[in-house]
Amino acid sequence: MAYLEGKNLVASYGVVPILHECSVEVEKGELAVIVGPNGAGKSTVMRVLLGMLEATSGSVKFDGKDISTLTTQERINHGLAFVPQTKNVFPSMTVEENLQMGGFIRKDDISKTIDEVYELFPILHEKRKQLAEQLSGGQRQQVAFGRAMMTRPSVMLLDEPTAGVSPIVMDEIFSNILDVRNAGMAVLMVEQNAQQALNIADKGYVLVSGRNEHTGTGKELINNPEVRKKFLGG
Amino acid sequence: MTSESIDIINAFALLTNFVILPALSYGSQLALGALAVTLVYSILRFSNFAQGDSMAFGTMLVILISSYMISRGWTITGIPTALLAIPLALIGMSIYLLTMDRLVYRHYRRIKAKSIVGISASIGVMFVTGGIVRFVLGASAQRFGDGERFIFSVREFKAFTGLEQGIAFKTSQFLTITLAILLVAFLFYFLQKTKTGKAMRAYSDNKELALLSGIDPDKVVQITWLLVALFTTIAGTLYGLDKGFAPQQYHLLLLPIFASVIVGGIGSPIGAIAGAFLVAFSEILLTYAYKKFLIYLLPLSMHPTSLVQLIGTEYKYAISFVILVIVLLIKPTGLFKGKVIVDE
Repeated sequence: MAYLEGKNLVASYGVVPILHECSVEVEKGELAVIVGPNGAGKSTVMRVLLGMLEATSGSVKFDGKDISTLTTQERINHGLAFVPQTKNVFPSMTVEENLQMGGFIRKDDISKTIDEVYELFPILHEKRKQLAEQLSGGQRQQVAFGRAMMTRPSVMLLDEPTAGVSPIVMDEIFSNILDVRNAGMAVLMVEQNAQQALNIADKGYVLVSGRNEHTGTGKELINNPEVRKKFLGG
Repeated sequence: MTSESIDIINAFALLTNFVILPALSYGSQLALGALAVTLVYSILRFSNFAQGDSMAFGTMLVILISSYMISRGWTITGIPTALLAIPLALIGMSIYLLTMDRLVYRHYRRIKAKSIVGISASIGVMFVTGGIVRFVLGASAQRFGDGERFIFSVREFKAFTGLEQGIAFKTSQFLTITLAILLVAFLFYFLQKTKTGKAMRAYSDNKELALLSGIDPDKVVQITWLLVALFTTIAGTLYGLDKGFAPQQYHLLLLPIFASVIVGGIGSPIGAIAGAFLVAFSEILLTYAYKKFLIYLLPLSMHPTSLVQLIGTEYKYAISFVILVIVLLIKPTGLFKGKVIVDE
């Protein structure tokens, strides 16, 4: 059984069905990527895993336990962390305050975790007194990662972390993500930039209309002619 | 007016007595009210039209409690009993505001209603609150200050300085300015340094992410109302000690308070304070009759015969309105870059 797995998830927004028996899983120290066309339900998978949207059927298991009935906040207490696509920092608060808010629910001393985040992203230490809104796109993304890491999660869920950034910043963000994975976390991310994401992914899911269309390692998917033709532009 | 020469010191004393001190204390009262409005706006995302009447409600509690205390002889010589009644009144005010939140605002928060719905709801709360105050205390004006009226009076000041023009420093003015400084310092410390205060700022910044960080929205909202109770009760009491209590007067305070908040930039605490003083000084500077002031400063041949009053005091609320309109036309985000009121 995988560390985090969503199995046969069915979900809808009101009467509009989005997911049909969709399954994803990710192991510790592994980067899994969900790609697919717009409206395939990529972000919805993530919302269901986090409990922000209730699945009509299917289960979410984490570390061997069924967490399907837990609230978002309880799942976060258990070790899930989420970096939303947009609005993923507190803009009018400093970098350090953003990290403190990430560790809000912790009762113990969070200063060590803050130091760990600074070690991973040294630029944040330099800018710790600056407001998040004054940072560049890439740095802000680091704050977003850092904030999510403050609960010392074992799984990180990222929703389109490179949406709307320049290619250079995209490389920077991908390298940040690999750092997070190499730190031993399970990382599951939804990506629009399918080619680049699959390049660095250990595992990939191609989702179409809420169904698993293709599954495999990043390399397998990139080399799969059908996936290439349909989703990677030939 | 015996002297014929130009008399700057007396002119300044006159201005201090009739413009600067009153505007400083009026500005402080507005600032406390404006901070309450800005807090509600930042956290609950609507402009609280009930602010003026809430101030009347808080003051009503102070009046009721302090008159009971006076009747039992629980007073301290020299100190207005109203001041001693504030802690108890605060508890009552907190309960009232939390009850209103539970009965009215929470529902709209849960269904994620638009800001305009919150505003409409607060107008309802405004009428109910104002109604309760009038029902309990009546609609007529009353004074409730006791204790020492002056820190120093005009007569004492004249005797001390030998100036022709005296300055009186009222106890209510002294209390207003001191308490306002303390409360503002407390608020800034709370928001900047404490975990709860930071959580409030985080919630105001990005609600969704605050939830993902484990910040409890209900708790944030409750603490906001407690702060609002604190600022509202004290602002209302200070205004009443200074100018007397009249429900209608408090109701009308909404306009200068909203003007302060918007001038400063809604959602910005510093802006609310700056806006409050701007509104207070504009109101008093524009409605003051400068005749005597000019007589001090100008040679005899140029002495004015009219009052030299730019606008009659009965139009003072129009000043807030004009400031409001000018700001909304020229710089809708206010002086300190507040939020533009939009639904997300």
